Amino acid sequence: MKIRLTLLAAVLALASGVYGAAAPRNKDSASEPVVRSAEDADARRIEGEQRFHANCGRCHAAPHKFPPRMMATIVRHMRVRATITDEDMRLILSYMTQ
Amino acid sequence: MVDFCLHGLICVHRRSRVQLWLGCVFVFAVLISQSLFAQSLDSERPVPILTGAAGYFTKVDGGQNELVPEINPVLLVPFGDHWLVESRAGFEGEFERPEGGGPYGGMVGKEIDYLQLDYIANPYVTVTAGRFLTPFGIYNERLYPIWIRNLQQEPLIFPISTGSSDGVMLRGGFPLNSKVNLNYAAYFSTLSTVNKFESDRTTGARIGVFLPGPRIEAGFSWQKKLQEERPNSFGCHFAWQPNPLPLNLRSEYAWSPEASGYWIEAAYRLSQVPFWKGTMRRTEIVGRAQQYFAGAIEEAEAEEYGLPDVNTQQGDFGLNFYIRDGLRASASYGRRFSPDGNSNQWTVGIAYRFALPLGRAQ
Repeated sequence: MKIRLTLLAAVLALASGVYGAAAPRNKDSASEPVVRSAEDADARRIEGEQRFHANCGRCHAAPHKFPPRMMATIVRHMRVRATITDEDMRLILSYMTQ
Repeated sequence: MVDFCLHGLICVHRRSRVQLWLGCVFVFAVLISQSLFAQSLDSERPVPILTGAAGYFTKVDGGQNELVPEINPVLLVPFGDHWLVESRAGFEGEFERPEGGGPYGGMVGKEIDYLQLDYIANPYVTVTAGRFLTPFGIYNERLYPIWIRNLQQEPLIFPISTGSSDGVMLRGGFPLNSKVNLNYAAYFSTLSTVNKFESDRTTGARIGVFLPGPRIEAGFSWQKKLQEERPNSFGCHFAWQPNPLPLNLRSEYAWSPEASGYWIEAAYRLSQVPFWKGTMRRTEIVGRAQQYFAGAIEEAEAEEYGLPDVNTQQGDFGLNFYIRDGLRASASYGRRFSPDGNSNQWTVGIAYRFALPLGRAQ
């Protein structure tokens, strides 16, 4: 029974891995090198701010912004700790490094 | 009888080996699936960080004065796009005057809360191995640091099924749709008696939903101990930050054969008060009510776990003042009601959160 469960977990993990890697990324991801317009940048900043308050505010008061490379580490840590979604993490990182 | 036992042991050993292999295949599958499609998404390379919190508190519990200096360094070392090593240690002094008077004396407790390797395999799965905070409820993982917790006193039910575990964990969070995010954690922990790395043999999981619009979060936790009486324990949590108000509501319930109980906490930032705005927006008032029910737990066992051995109720009121980013002064008063005698609980202190880059930060 345990072996079957372990096998099932392995298959599920493999499937999620393949699906997750193959799934199309959000076009507004932080990796997008070109910002299409000032409106887009503004909308992205507002969205990032909302995600920041919704996610980070669940546990603690808003911190000030750290330098970009520190922020990248902090957001990665918080992604794991607070199970923040991939999209939220990117938007928060983008907002916190602007 | 001996043959039977031996046969049983061999079977268990073989099964364990098969499970170990399957476990390896499983981890390998996750790693391969991601690395095949790996993309570098961050233009800024993350830098290692030394962060954490330091604090100094004076606590009075039923007339007994205690000085508690504390430091909790957190080391974060990222590798590549997907890896993170993270660790937190705890150094906590507990200094009291001896009965009959005299200078303060006591011990400094040293703990390794977590020392883990995280692999962010894909948007849905993060694999964690090592020593990690047991994902049971939300207080242990997210609200425990002294610069985050609204009241310095931990909830009465905090020791139920929390602490640290040594093993493997899968966790993640992803949107189910535009209005609902799902988060989960599932883990297996091995028995360890190694100094500073003690853990029980357990398995468990936590699942939660977060509604970003109304900012409501709710979840359920389960843990099964795979040793001794193999008991189950359960918990649930709820949190709400209503949009129009600077209010933070949180609650947890936990049940185990040894004890059960719940706490409800509300923290309100006075930023909407129309006078003394500069001061008020930095001030927060906190209230917490909790009830604890002792189960099948002996006095010595309760003391070992840090749980009361009798039914207990407690109400707390606190005041936090955010002096500047990461620096907070706090004071609280609580009244504990217990068959062993009622008592007053006072806490006054200050906590500071620090963050230092261990390399070029820009």
